[in-house]
Amino acid sequence: MLAQEVPALPRGVRLHFDKVREKWVLLAPERAVTLDQIGHAILSEVDGARSFGQITRALSEKYDAPVDQIAEDSSGFLDALRNRRFLDVTA
Amino acid sequence: MTGIAPPIAMLAELTHRCPLSCPYCSNPVEMALQESELDTDTWVRVFQEAAALGVLQLHLSGGEPASRRDLVTLVQAARDAGLYTNLITSAIGLTERRLAELDAAGLDHVQLSLQGTDADMADRVGGYRGGFKRKMQTVEWINRIGFPLTLNFVLHRHNAHQLERALEMALEMGARRIEVATVQFHGWALKNRDALMPTRAQARAVTRQVEAARKAHKGTLVIDYVPADYHDDYPKRCMGGWGSTGLNVAPDGQVLPCHAAQSIPHLRFDRVQDKPLAEIWHNSSAFNAYRGTDWMAEPCRSCERKTVDFGGCRCQAMAIVGDASATDPVCIKSPHHKALQAQADDHAAQGDAPFVHRTAPGAAREPAE
Ligand code: SF4
Ligand code: SF4
Repeated sequence: MLAQEVPALPRGVRLHFDKVREKWVLLAPERAVTLDQIGHAILSEVDGARSFGQITRALSEKYDAPVDQIAEDSSGFLDALRNRRFLDVTA
Repeated sequence: MTGIAPPIAMLAELTHRCPLSCPYCSNPVEMALQESELDTDTWVRVFQEAAALGVLQLHLSGGEPASRRDLVTLVQAARDAGLYTNLITSAIGLTERRLAELDAAGLDHVQLSLQGTDADMADRVGGYRGGFKRKMQTVEWINRIGFPLTLNFVLHRHNAHQLERALEMALEMGARRIEVATVQFHGWALKNRDALMPTRAQARAVTRQVEAARKAHKGTLVIDYVPADYHDDYPKRCMGGWGSTGLNVAPDGQVLPCHAAQSIPHLRFDRVQDKPLAEIWHNSSAFNAYRGTDWMAEPCRSCERKTVDFGGCRCQAMAIVGDASATDPVCIKSPHHKALQAQADDHAAQGDAPFVHRTAPGAAREPAE
């Protein structure tokens, strides 16, 4: 995922707190993807308006962690979601 | 049993009624009558119990779920319970107005079956004239609303050559996903092996086509593929293991570990009318029968793949070997593997064997051959 790209959750893909397992999951057609902390943090910021770069910068301030680290930790995860059509991305 | 993880998905078979009569219908040959179907309130309670138990995904299926008058109410109740709600439909029975109501009720996703890529094929397989045209009309309405769409193309010897077109159609319809599912031989399909069995050459060609299409449409169209089972050397995995990820509620309230489980005659199923779903999930003898790996015999018991495929399909072991705890006869390690492969080639060579269409619930128990 490039810094200038704008991710968005398409219709039919949504965040859900699983009360039974006490975990955040991403619900999508035929899938429930368990989210780790960074996955949940990123997806909570995805609003279809801000770019990946803006999101990682915001998270870097919030968690006091280096931007590059956050981008590196989440980029592969987001690309996998994108390949499954669980994430729309516009340039 | 202790330490049983909660299920993720529930298939609610709202009814066995269906305007179509596909010869591979997964409904049991002996179907539940309309009079025995669960009422609205019971389904609503079951959805709430499912969510409390840990179910995240609800698949509303049938038969044709749109044959239920209370479908919109049920979708609303499922969403209120916090479930991700997927409608598995042939489109017959969905009007533009009903789709709008389903939208307002919060329906998350639509999975549409495709019997063929033209009216000729689709209506012949579905046994319902005009069905294809109505399906195409419904796709327009679905897209106007914006429901995420998955196409389910059930593939067999008669329509395997239409795969390319099915993939194109999925792209044209803006579907995010297509399931290319070679017929699995349970339910009515078991009676139709002569008519439906793909040839080995077809099965290979389809696998190659799917692989190429996956590359070509990466990021645009997700292709989930179920290959032709009898021609394989290893069985399909049984879900995430029997009684581990999903459960199935039949129209009359029986709770099944899988949609074909009623084909295993010694299993006894509990009903949602009699017991809470959580109790059934944990204690039902049918769920515990093949949970884990302790029930396995050789060669599965000492096989390194036993937690990969869980010994394959119990229903298939029952149907072919006559023993539900046997190794799936598809497996190359099964003593029945060779015979099954020969049998598959035999079925595939039956040229113009006629379809045995499923009959309506309550109609003749045995279809006319
Ligand atoms: S022997 Fe059993 S566990 Fe091993 S591959 Fe065959 S079916 Fe699977
Ligand atoms: S027993 Fe067979 S039909 Fe049932 S879920 Fe397992 S593999 Fe599928």
